[in-house]
Amino acid sequence: MNHTISVLVRNEAGVLSRISSLFSGRGYNIESLTVAPTIENEFSRVTIVTSGDDKVIEQIMKQLNRLIPTIKVMALQPQDSIERELILCKVCAKDETRSEILRIAEIFNAKIIDVTHKTYTLQAIGDNRQIRSLIELLRQLGIRELVRSGKVAISRENSFNHIKSL
Amino acid sequence: MTQQTEEKVNLMTGAQIFLECLKDAGVDEIFGYPGGKIISIYEALYNCDFIKHYLVRHEQAAVHAAEGYARVTGKPGVALVTSGPGACNAITGIANAYYDGYPIVVFTGQVDLNQIGNDAFQEADIVGITRSCCKHNYLVSDLRDLPRIVKEAFHIATTGKPGPVVVDLPGNILTEKGKYVPVEKIKLPGYNPTYNGHPRQISKALQMLCNAERPVILSGGGVVMSGAHKEITELANTLGIPVTNTLMGMGTYPADGEMSLGMLGMHGNYWANHAVSNCDVLFAVGTRFNDRITGCLKRFAKDAQIIHVDIDPCSISKNVSVDIPIVGDAKNVLDAMLKEFYEKEYEINSDVKHAWFAQIQEWKQKRALPAVSSEKLNPLTVIKEIYNCTKDLDPIIATEVGQHQMWTAQLYKFNHPRQLVTSGGLGTMGFGFPAAMGASIGLKDKVVINIAGDGSIQMNIQELATCVQYNIPVIVAIINNGYLGMVRQWQEKLFNKHYSETKITSPDYVKVAEAYGALGFRVEKAEDIAPTMKKAIEAKRPVFIDFIVEPFEMVYPWVLAGKPLHNVLLSNDGIEC
Ligand SMILES: Cc1ncc(C[n+]2csc(CCOP(=O)(O)OP(=O)(O)O)c2C)c(N)n1
Repeated sequence: MNHTISVLVRNEAGVLSRISSLFSGRGYNIESLTVAPTIENEFSRVTIVTSGDDKVIEQIMKQLNRLIPTIKVMALQPQDSIERELILCKVCAKDETRSEILRIAEIFNAKIIDVTHKTYTLQAIGDNRQIRSLIELLRQLGIRELVRSGKVAISRENSFNHIKSL
Repeated sequence: MTQQTEEKVNLMTGAQIFLECLKDAGVDEIFGYPGGKIISIYEALYNCDFIKHYLVRHEQAAVHAAEGYARVTGKPGVALVTSGPGACNAITGIANAYYDGYPIVVFTGQVDLNQIGNDAFQEADIVGITRSCCKHNYLVSDLRDLPRIVKEAFHIATTGKPGPVVVDLPGNILTEKGKYVPVEKIKLPGYNPTYNGHPRQISKALQMLCNAERPVILSGGGVVMSGAHKEITELANTLGIPVTNTLMGMGTYPADGEMSLGMLGMHGNYWANHAVSNCDVLFAVGTRFNDRITGCLKRFAKDAQIIHVDIDPCSISKNVSVDIPIVGDAKNVLDAMLKEFYEKEYEINSDVKHAWFAQIQEWKQKRALPAVSSEKLNPLTVIKEIYNCTKDLDPIIATEVGQHQMWTAQLYKFNHPRQLVTSGGLGTMGFGFPAAMGASIGLKDKVVINIAGDGSIQMNIQELATCVQYNIPVIVAIINNGYLGMVRQWQEKLFNKHYSETKITSPDYVKVAEAYGALGFRVEKAEDIAPTMKKAIEAKRPVFIDFIVEPFEMVYPWVLAGKPLHNVLLSNDGIEC
């Protein structure tokens, strides 16, 4: 099962490689990893999707916590958090499929952000399940290229609001 | 003078500022080796009267020496090496300190900031290389950050679970000029080690220990680190609980103390292994349950409730599932337990404990010592004799890695913590000699003996020159069996006596010693051990003693890797108990 871990770290040189080499060095799995500064430039938020049994997840959390630049580590429970992924997807556009692409885009609330005479490029945002089914549908129409952002997630309640006091 | 020129006069080079930072950190002795990128530090050292520098002969040795120094003094050890090859040579030392959790700070040279990433001469990405084998590391990219980084480095190395910190110093930072502005306060918002155990967990643990029928205490290196040996001894004696220890926890409970079971694990005592396999409560303090200690994990202390005290939350329930976890400093936690025990008058059931002792005594009787008959000097005899003729001096004993290390752990009776300096976690051959050198510098009045194998001593033998240059009176007792003994032992048992590349030749160690300007002795008969040791100690100089011993002696007891702790082999005949 996949777990989403949100880590608040000091925004300093090398912090991302500290995290990624922790995963590779200890043989933990990384499904996806995203990172960007928070509203305070001093801190970055890292969202990691990983898998493992409870024991492994507990170790991952402890090990992340042990890194000196780590401020806080939180496991985000699906029911208490909001998760989003972004994709950009270039699909083949033929006369007979154009309207189908537009229809799918509409259903998934995706935007067409670029058009050429052979392709449409879609931008879509959604949770993992939505993104997966969108890709499945587009695949049948012929995907030329696809990029995914990896997951970002935020908890509904217990936020990192203690940052302010630092 | 105008104010402006006065300020210019007060400017120092980065290298000078660096030395001021060390002084503020209380450092007065460092181990190092110069090179192009840190030559400016050596320039600053030239007229420096507050730091004594020891020139080693290999950077690996500088770091091991710093660790040896840290191990025996409890103060952080410091090593200084140049960029590229110097820094790379230091890696083994850094990793060694990391796995055993000792506080050292290693300063590495680096190419100038504007050359980083260009494959410049003697460039190595040392921050990247050491990331997974140090507690934390830094690249100094602004001279103004240097005082803060050095201060943080020592703080991180010495607090929480101690460990090595690496600080990479680009050449241009050291030659730049600036002002030294000492840093008063450390701001590391994410780094807050937990020192006090949770009071409710502590009560629960105490209750569990008092109710236990077959309790055992397992004392690890964390007990040494936090200085909790008195507390663990008092707790064991007051509650009547036998104590076994890890290799790193040697001496935390006196070896000749009433409750002592001695070492646990692969080459641990038969009765200690059986006690842990059969206990109902295991109270583990400051150990990370290395596989050399646990044997087969599934069957480790299988019927026991486990209480685990450790300052590093990662150690808890990493290998062994724990019933009562207590995150905290061993000394604080044990103190709190003792206090509560005296205040609340807990009851202990002495009758059942007597039965448990009787059982342990029975196991003790059963362990037959392997009979050794051989023309040659027996290595076990050598170590026993070294113990007999040095025990009153309360010396520091260092070891290398191999059979001699295990025999030393088994046969030398360590009554004090910080008395045994040995590489546990990484198991580094070549560690003992430089570490002994560092220990001898740290505690100048102590007799320091490195018990070495003939394989291991050849890994850092060049440090004899360092010992001679500074007259560091380390005695190296070489247990010369002509083999990489520990590997040979495995080949004998598990690979049909195929001694593939484990026969190793040695130089004439007496001549080697003499060539370096040290003293050398050779011992081939048991009756010569004591007089030679006496001469070596009285010489107060670096000494090599070459003990020519029986090559085929084995280390018993022996639990084969992956077997449960109570599957102990006691002799070559494969008697399993
Ligand atoms: C740097 C390093 N290389 C290899 C090993 C693997 N190893 C462990 S024990 C051992 C043999 C040690 O031989 P020696 O120093 O002669 O000691 P003895 O076992 O004979 O007492 C070896 C090669 C190691 N521990 N460290």
